[in-house]
Amino acid sequence: MGLALLAIIWLITFVSTYFFVAQTWWLPHGASTSTPWIDHQFALTYVLMGIVFVAAQGALGLFVWQYRDRGSASKVTYSHGNTRMEVVWTALTAILFIGLNLMGSPIWASERFAPADADSVPVEVTGMQFAWYFRYPGPDGKFGRTDPKLMDPSAGNEAALGLDTTDPAAKDDVVTGTMYLPVNRQVNLTLRAVDVIHSFFVPQMRFKQDAVPGLAIHMHFTPTEVGDYEIACAELCGLGHYKMHGMLKVVSQEDFDKWLVTKEAEKQ
Amino acid sequence: MATLSSPVSIDVAKTGQGGGGVRPPAYGGGGDGRGDGSPDYGARLRRLRLGLAIGLTSVTMIFVSLTSAYVVRRGLPTLDERTNTYVRDWIPVDLPITLLLVNTTLLLVSSIAAELARRQITRQAALAPIRSIPGVSLGEGKGFPWLGTTVVLGGGFLVGQWMAWRELADRGFYLATSASSSFVYLLTATHAVHLAGGILVLLYASAVSLLHTPVEARRVVVDVTAWYWHFMFLLWLYIFGLLWFVR
Amino acid sequence: MATSATIHSHAAPLGFIRKYIFSLDHKVIGLQYYFLALVAVFVGMFLSLLMRVHMVWPTAVLPLVGEIKPETYLQLMTMHGTIMVFFVLTTAPQGGFGNYFLPIQIGAPDMAFPVLNMLSFWTTFIAFVVILAAFFVTGGAPLHGWTGYAPLSALSNSGPGEQLGADLWITSIAIFCIASLMGALNFITTTLDLRAKGMTMMRLPLTVWAWFVTAILGLLAFGVLLSAGILLLLDRNLGTSFYVPLVVVNGQIMGHKGGSPLLWQHLFWFFGHPEVYIAILPGMGVASQLVSTFSRKPIFGYKAMVYAIMAIGFLGFMVWGHHMFMSGMSPYTAFAFSLMTMAIGVPSAIKTFNWLGTIHGGRVRFQTPMLYAIGFVSLFVSGGLSGPFLAQPVLDIPLHDTAFVVGHFHLIMGVAAIFGMFAATYYWFPKMFGRMMNETWGRVHFVITLIGTYCIFMPMHYLGMAGQPRRYSQFTELAYLQHLMPLNRFMTYAAIVTISAQLIFVLNLFWSMFKGPKASDNPWEATTLEWITATPPPHDNFGGHTPVVNHGPYEYGVPGAPRDYVMQTDPATVASH
Repeated sequence: MGLALLAIIWLITFVSTYFFVAQTWWLPHGASTSTPWIDHQFALTYVLMGIVFVAAQGALGLFVWQYRDRGSASKVTYSHGNTRMEVVWTALTAILFIGLNLMGSPIWASERFAPADADSVPVEVTGMQFAWYFRYPGPDGKFGRTDPKLMDPSAGNEAALGLDTTDPAAKDDVVTGTMYLPVNRQVNLTLRAVDVIHSFFVPQMRFKQDAVPGLAIHMHFTPTEVGDYEIACAELCGLGHYKMHGMLKVVSQEDFDKWLVTKEAEKQ
Repeated sequence: MATLSSPVSIDVAKTGQGGGGVRPPAYGGGGDGRGDGSPDYGARLRRLRLGLAIGLTSVTMIFVSLTSAYVVRRGLPTLDERTNTYVRDWIPVDLPITLLLVNTTLLLVSSIAAELARRQITRQAALAPIRSIPGVSLGEGKGFPWLGTTVVLGGGFLVGQWMAWRELADRGFYLATSASSSFVYLLTATHAVHLAGGILVLLYASAVSLLHTPVEARRVVVDVTAWYWHFMFLLWLYIFGLLWFVR
Repeated sequence: MATSATIHSHAAPLGFIRKYIFSLDHKVIGLQYYFLALVAVFVGMFLSLLMRVHMVWPTAVLPLVGEIKPETYLQLMTMHGTIMVFFVLTTAPQGGFGNYFLPIQIGAPDMAFPVLNMLSFWTTFIAFVVILAAFFVTGGAPLHGWTGYAPLSALSNSGPGEQLGADLWITSIAIFCIASLMGALNFITTTLDLRAKGMTMMRLPLTVWAWFVTAILGLLAFGVLLSAGILLLLDRNLGTSFYVPLVVVNGQIMGHKGGSPLLWQHLFWFFGHPEVYIAILPGMGVASQLVSTFSRKPIFGYKAMVYAIMAIGFLGFMVWGHHMFMSGMSPYTAFAFSLMTMAIGVPSAIKTFNWLGTIHGGRVRFQTPMLYAIGFVSLFVSGGLSGPFLAQPVLDIPLHDTAFVVGHFHLIMGVAAIFGMFAATYYWFPKMFGRMMNETWGRVHFVITLIGTYCIFMPMHYLGMAGQPRRYSQFTELAYLQHLMPLNRFMTYAAIVTISAQLIFVLNLFWSMFKGPKASDNPWEATTLEWITATPPPHDNFGGHTPVVNHGPYEYGVPGAPRDYVMQTDPATVASH
């Protein structure tokens, strides 16, 4: 049975590790400035954890076979432990885990501690059951007033947000169901939610942030490649959670300007 | 409760009489020799007091979490959708201070009564073996009904709390009026529920005295309940202090 | 002989009701908890089977159940999580085995408060009935997940099942909190006050240490969940706004203002994180016990194991924010929680090293309990090592709320902890029922379950890395998920096989109860106090005698001793530490 256990444990370890190393199913291609940092930290973590995984499972499989009861041939090494080894491997584990954490913290800090750049594109993202809406502030650069009393999801973009057109700043706000961004420029996101908690998740931007009712959460990221990127909701929000998706289209600065001008013109 | 009153054989509890403060050895039950078959009340008391202390820890955690929610909520701004700015919407509650001070006094006096009841029955339990000697009379009467007094005063406190809620409502503060009023009702009601539980146990202890249970067994119940009662008083002081000073 | 027996012991009761229904005997109560958990786990497994089938064949019409709508999936999922976490993982290891064996292992005739013990079981039972009732009321069970985030859980019109079903869910959990607090009180008092002579704290079996620390965690955590639940009931039914700010549901302004959804998360996870340690610590205790017993060697580093249990318990209260990195919580706070979370990996690693160190140099016997203990260690390593990914906020960005998290917690709670229960069952079955379970079928069950569960849950890590979100009833709407469907289907097939194989366990369990070969008092040649009692133990456990303890719990392979094990009650003259 010892040999069978060794075989099973080592087989499971080998197969699991294989699929990690072969990256058969992996992080999707990243297209943001944070991608290299996040992916590097991810790789570092999975290599280190992978080594520990293989070593621990390998040792487990080996020991149960090596120290199987072989009758009188086996002798037990009576021992209550080894304090020095305890101290050593505890210290090493602590250094590994805490070190790993500290290595990742500058990335976290740059993503979350620092506010958006001055020349970033402001976009307000609002989640509601079960759609995403994107608001651009228009030529005046200001987001206009919204009023819960004016919210009517069945009437489309502006009405879903309850845009208060009596506010002059609101008259030029552009509201869309598809998010457009210019490449290589940081976006200054304001995340809001109207009813329950949603989460704005763009896997290829390595971006995720919950949208919480009662809060306007400021975040930023910078797309680096032109393309279409799917947006998924990543916080259970009701029966339509699985189909609350959107699309992010990253285009050249030119195309973005053109698109925005067209949208603003439609508002006249 | 069968476990407290069923007579069991084996041990005499040398430590079981009177001095509840003696700490028996760390493991095992009461004394060391074979005895006359009476239960080890000293060990039972110690065990119940330990159980009470542990149980009160969980009650404390309930109020710690409510306090934390209270303090955080008080300082928390919320997003005003229309102006897109964060605003603080905490409205201090107009507490009926006089009424609450009266209630506090009632509870204080009830706590004193509870303590006197506890000491009274401790003495009675200590003297029980002497009383059981045929022909001996200590001449003591029944003594002042401190236990009953505690129950009445505790009931008075609850009535007073009910009146305080009515007064709050008259002043326009209902449960859902504001976050602050919600917490006032919640904290005082949670305390009241626990206090009511204590009253029920005291009523049980009083009723049991009519059923000829051994005084040592009754003493254990009254002792532990009295400590519970003191905790309820201190908890009330804390809640009152929180609602007043952290308005 | 003087003992705690004198304080409260009751004569063995007569009558069916007093003996089996409202028994005060911790052994009967332990079995009641165990069988409650057994029913709950089959309900929970059935729900997960429906879930897995729906995820890969969303339009399938199933026999008996019919078509599963997206909201139905979420209702199944919510109840699966709630039933498994509370009525299986918090019930069987602690209420089941803890109740049965803690008093015996410390040399006591029963728990400190037998009436409270009986009440805590029946309160748990009532909680179970209440939660099952949620399936049958108008609207059905809630769909907000076992974590019940507000405002989704606080608004009656946020989805189907969010009316009476959600209220029943909260009520059931509140009742469960009270039952758990009663149990925790009993366990702690018993461990502190009822130990036999010679049973010092540092001679306690690691199972007892695990149950003890688990009870402390429960004592401190369940009160917070109770508070959270009361606030949620108030928001739902009496118009308060603890958790709900101004919200508009489908164009309708709800009457709330100023509440904080994050408050629910803080309160819930302050409970929720210790809860997962409550789920795993007893299994770790059992693993330590079995690895030592079946390696015929003392546990490597007993003291370190004790400190590790305490450290896990203590640190377990300081890490709850790691469930909230993406929640809108301050990133500075996130950093602090992240450091504490990495720290808690250290005592877990110590335990793993020590299990390996115990096997090293031993004489391993491969009876079924040991197979499950070895399986536990393997699964704990696998499930534990995905933790450091999630503990780093920056890596939590791609991984939060994906299948990666689901794989992580299922490997630990849904498999390792369950293996702990299997191990405990095969190990203590002889003592509880006087018969042995069938070894061959035990091995078959073990191999299928070990491989099967790895096949189900290891791939979830790959799916999560690829960005597959959790709590999706189906994956038909996102193009980037389509290439993951073959792997999802593989997992569903694995689930069907593995769940079916659990019938082997149940059949073995019940058949062996009546027809298994008779067991001796100490079939595993183990050292702890339960193995000196008669089989099954009499009402007061030790037949009127009180054990006197002279040795530690893991004296195996002592040089110079007459046998390769020294029981805790053996005379002090037998050489040991």
